[in-house]
Amino acid sequence: MIIETEGLAKRYGRADALVDLTMQVDAGEVFGFLGPNGAGKTTAVKLLLGLTRPTRGRATVLGAPLGDRATRGRIGYLPELFRYQPWLHAREVLELHTRLIGGGVDRSRRAIDRILEEVGLADRADDLVGGFSKGMQQRLGLGVALLGAPPLIVLDEPTSALDPVGRADVRAIIRRARDAGSTIFLNSHLLTEVERVCDRVAIVDRGRVLADGRLDDLLGARAVRIRATDLTPAAMTTLGRFGRVAAGDDGWLTISGIDAATIPDAVTAIVASGGRVHAVYPGRATLEDRYLELIGPPGSA
Amino acid sequence: MSNILVIARLTVAEAVRRRIVWVLAGLTMISVALTTWGVERLVSLARAGGTSDLEIYVGVSQVLILVAFMFSFVLAMTAAFLGAPAIAADLESGVAHAMLARPIRRADLVVGRWLGLVVVVVLYAAGSGLLEVTAVSFVSGYAPPQPILAIAFLSAQAVVLLTLSIVLSTRLPAIAAGAICVVAFGLGWMAGVFAGIGRFFDAGPLVSVAEGSRWLLPTDGLWRGAIFGLEPPAVVLVAVGRGGPAAQANPFFVATMPPGAFIAWSAVWVAIVLAIAVVSLTRRDL
Repeated sequence: MIIETEGLAKRYGRADALVDLTMQVDAGEVFGFLGPNGAGKTTAVKLLLGLTRPTRGRATVLGAPLGDRATRGRIGYLPELFRYQPWLHAREVLELHTRLIGGGVDRSRRAIDRILEEVGLADRADDLVGGFSKGMQQRLGLGVALLGAPPLIVLDEPTSALDPVGRADVRAIIRRARDAGSTIFLNSHLLTEVERVCDRVAIVDRGRVLADGRLDDLLGARAVRIRATDLTPAAMTTLGRFGRVAAGDDGWLTISGIDAATIPDAVTAIVASGGRVHAVYPGRATLEDRYLELIGPPGSA
Repeated sequence: MSNILVIARLTVAEAVRRRIVWVLAGLTMISVALTTWGVERLVSLARAGGTSDLEIYVGVSQVLILVAFMFSFVLAMTAAFLGAPAIAADLESGVAHAMLARPIRRADLVVGRWLGLVVVVVLYAAGSGLLEVTAVSFVSGYAPPQPILAIAFLSAQAVVLLTLSIVLSTRLPAIAAGAICVVAFGLGWMAGVFAGIGRFFDAGPLVSVAEGSRWLLPTDGLWRGAIFGLEPPAVVLVAVGRGGPAAQANPFFVATMPPGAFIAWSAVWVAIVLAIAVVSLTRRDL
């Protein structure tokens, strides 16, 4: 177990930032920590990193109690408020953090270059951080988090300042880090980001975990929506073999419980029966659907 | 390299990169040039008027003490405004969060910041002080009796204020920490003046309160040590002989070196306040 928390709570004055955080993060997974603004996500991250002390509850990170100094050397962290010394060059920020991490981290120029290349800052390595856009600073922060290929990487809203290309890059970096053996704790309120990259998700609100589990379990059975015309009764019967078919008045039909791998076969069956396919949306109950179901519709808070 | 040294080196590099050191160096050059020019004019006029060398030396020694007071003020303000944002600004901007999530103690950050700024402040004090003394000596022929001692006391005074600003910086915004230091420095100096006047009028309670404040914030007591290093022994003899307690009330005159116990207390004071800064940051939720 990489992270294990039990009844973790944090109170600031009279306000409860975190009420009862109980969760487990397994090794080698991308764990999405999802919730609306003010749900207690960043507080949870700060507790895990020892930046803040819990009011009650207990937790271990990489097998050690919260705040253990040696363990912090094995955690990469991109803060929500990613700011680095503006008077340092990007390369110098990475060099500084390799020194702070201490022994065992490759401090060679080649290792730093590799990280800069990974986060797309190779051509800005010797530029002052103060001249960086927010997106570039976030990329630098991601590089800082990746230093030394730590077993646990905690990313707090890692794409908040990035454009779509940058977000795709971050997703690729996260997958590569996971494939290299790191566990990723991804704190985000961006549903699509979490849905695209996470293996497991915990949905939190007002300091409590409302639901957690594998995405497939959380979202239920897969479905596909198809807009098709000229469908014959025989075609509808054939489609029934793929899952439960529901036809709407708007020309859309939904096949629920379909195996994602057979979606092309369903389309082929429609075309073979003389039907015309105009659009196909593979999907399922989206994370947004599930999220709103748990958190409540906008404005209900 | 220990984390304290990593942070200290980073702090010195920041002072250099952010042009703080160069601004201070430039202002020092301007200050030294103007004050030296002023001294040279005064000495030339005095010599042309037939004033004896002894009288000129006494006059220059008092001008040099006034210049030292200006440097003392500049140094104190520099220390306060370097120390005030040292922790607070990093916490406000988030720079500290990324660093403190690493395997370093919060004490490393506080002591490293303090050490780096002490290096900057002491080097600035030594450089500007020696340059001023050398320049004045060149144009007037007068050299104070113990310039190194005076610079050491000026540096110690700046380190005290720097330490105060850092402890405040662990809990307060930078501007608030800096403002408190400036006010504390001013009050400390005024307490020294009140103590001198109180002794002249034999006002026991006033002297007790004013002396107590010197132990609470040792800046004024250390400033007195700087004056002692610049005061010619002949002036001390004459002033004490003729002025007695009245001379002691002058905030730009001292007859004796600060007691050893006070100097030791100043060092202990710095250590205690720095330890409080460490505890304060360690207990703070980030």
